[in-house]
Amino acid sequence: MSDTHAQSVAFVRDTEIPSAPPPYAATGPVKWMRENLFATHANGALTLIALYVIWYVLSGAVPWIFNGLWNTSSLSECREVLDGTVGACFSVLTERWNQLLFGFQYPEEYYWRPTLAFLLLGVAAAPVLFFDLPRKMLAFTAIYPFVAYWLIWGGTMLTPIVAFLGVAAGAMVYKRFVTGSFALGFFGGIFAAFVVWNLGGFLISDTASDTAMLGAVPSRDLGGFMLNMMLGVTCVSLSIPIGIALALGRQSSMPLIKWICVVFIEFIRGVPLITLLFVASVMLAYFFPPESSLDLFLRVVIMITMFSGAYIAEVIRGGLAALPKGQYEAADSLGLDYAQAMRLIILPQALKISIPGIVNIAVGLFKDTTLVSVIGMFDIVGMIRGPILASTEWNGVYWELLGFASVLFFIVCYGISQYSQWLERRLATDHR
Amino acid sequence: MADQATQMQVSDEIAITINKMNKWYGTFHVLRDIDLTVNRGERIVICGPSGSGKSTLIRCINALEEHQQGSIEVDGTLLSSDLKNIDTIRSEVGMCFQHFNLFPHLTILENCTLAPIWVRKTPKKEAEETAMHFLEKVKIPDQANKYPGQLSGGQQQRVAIARSLCMRPRIMLFDEPTSALDPEMIKEVLDTMIELAEEGMTMLCVTHEMGFARQVANRVIFMDAGQIVEQNEPEAFFNNPQSPRTQLFLSQILGH
Repeated sequence: MSDTHAQSVAFVRDTEIPSAPPPYAATGPVKWMRENLFATHANGALTLIALYVIWYVLSGAVPWIFNGLWNTSSLSECREVLDGTVGACFSVLTERWNQLLFGFQYPEEYYWRPTLAFLLLGVAAAPVLFFDLPRKMLAFTAIYPFVAYWLIWGGTMLTPIVAFLGVAAGAMVYKRFVTGSFALGFFGGIFAAFVVWNLGGFLISDTASDTAMLGAVPSRDLGGFMLNMMLGVTCVSLSIPIGIALALGRQSSMPLIKWICVVFIEFIRGVPLITLLFVASVMLAYFFPPESSLDLFLRVVIMITMFSGAYIAEVIRGGLAALPKGQYEAADSLGLDYAQAMRLIILPQALKISIPGIVNIAVGLFKDTTLVSVIGMFDIVGMIRGPILASTEWNGVYWELLGFASVLFFIVCYGISQYSQWLERRLATDHR
Repeated sequence: MADQATQMQVSDEIAITINKMNKWYGTFHVLRDIDLTVNRGERIVICGPSGSGKSTLIRCINALEEHQQGSIEVDGTLLSSDLKNIDTIRSEVGMCFQHFNLFPHLTILENCTLAPIWVRKTPKKEAEETAMHFLEKVKIPDQANKYPGQLSGGQQQRVAIARSLCMRPRIMLFDEPTSALDPEMIKEVLDTMIELAEEGMTMLCVTHEMGFARQVANRVIFMDAGQIVEQNEPEAFFNNPQSPRTQLFLSQILGH
């Protein structure tokens, strides 16, 4: 009361009140804990229960991991060394890492080839994923599939070159004719590609692979996590354009196209993926002439791509439906034709809305590639269930192997998810 | 103000001819026997109660809506189901919407250059110069690199006008361009439209801005229940409406 004057009503402050620190319980960790952990009785009880569960899990897992052995040669030896104490037998990973990653038949001296292909995948994917990078890098992305094919399968270099020339010829024909008529460009392009591929087929002799620079590896020798990555990357990148085409087709005003797309999508969505994989491995052979053998890897890629393409189509249809009708009208009123309106106005916005859904399907698809173990392909799960667990040395090592597979899948899927969140933030231009 | 309107040139050349045009939504007859001839340089305001078909009428002119009977001829091109004709007409006829319909994923400048580059095949640099010219004209060149979501409604509508003008249209259609705007933004958009009218643009405006109609229009059309009920010069239309329906409408909108 020192600075107020009792005799006057008017008030002028002539001394400043010094600022004081807040009471202890109003800031810092105490306040945080009171607000976030013990706000109510129920809240406090849940916190205690959660702490107990965390402690229970960690008390089991931490000694198991840190007591783990990395250098024994079999499960029985590992158990002997552990002598009843808790501990993991990670030695199965040091012993069999190559089989888990590359499968048990891929020649060891060629391991550098898929590894290089994997590293180059980063370079090829970068300009697609991060569009601030120079557009010229897309040239490498265009040839990457053929380079990767050559590195992984080996054999004569002519095969990927002919495949590339076919695609290039198709693209040129498409570009030449598409301004006149889309159908002419599209089917002309496909026709040109087939002509080049067939002509190329005569050039490549059956023995060309025997003397090739890179030794040939047949598809059945591929395996391990490499197989999951190959299926995942190929099927995701193929199914997005197919999904877009199906989604647009489903909205088409031409009844035949619309009808075909609806039947395709509804049929594929109504059938389990595992059924389609069995069709790929067993039944498709009945539909082709006996002497032709479409590679099992290719058959599986076709089936998984069709499957995820149908799902992505539905996600994109949702994105298209979410766009205000005014966007279509504005594009029309400026005189843009259908292809321009779709490419420049509608799809960029619809795809942006669809990113979470597409990523959801991509992540699911990548994990579903482990289903190929059911049809006798030795992907990472197939390797664990088959050759490794069946061996006398490692019969019974479940946690370590499946945990390792989980870690690999988690890294990739979490990466995809983080990328999509970055992409959404990057594309947020509408400031709503 | 009427003499200012008459100063603006109206030529004898015909821009739009609509002849006995009929349109149905399902079984509902939205437009009935519409006959309308618009000369080049005319500024027509179309008004009427909601649901009277006025928006549908101007949307038929650039084929955003399809008509079922009668004919529409724009700049000598007959509007038919032929996609080539429709694209020709759309690139000659600019349109502004009630909700602007800017492309939210493109900057203001990209919004303006998109159609000239892809439809007119204008080189990018030239298209950008044109775009800046029209953005200056609507008085927002400094916003060129922002996105539509960062602009106010009035600014967005002026960008939409500039975007249409970049295609150098010969006819402009306005579908309630100020209905979604705050009162103080209405003026900036109307000023832009008045300036456009003074330059001799052929304009068809669906609007309830009667002040604008008096100042700029050389003809006011009143529609009700899908028909043109009355059309006249603005002075005569507002001071001496003939049909009882028009009288009722005007008393309601001018009454307060």
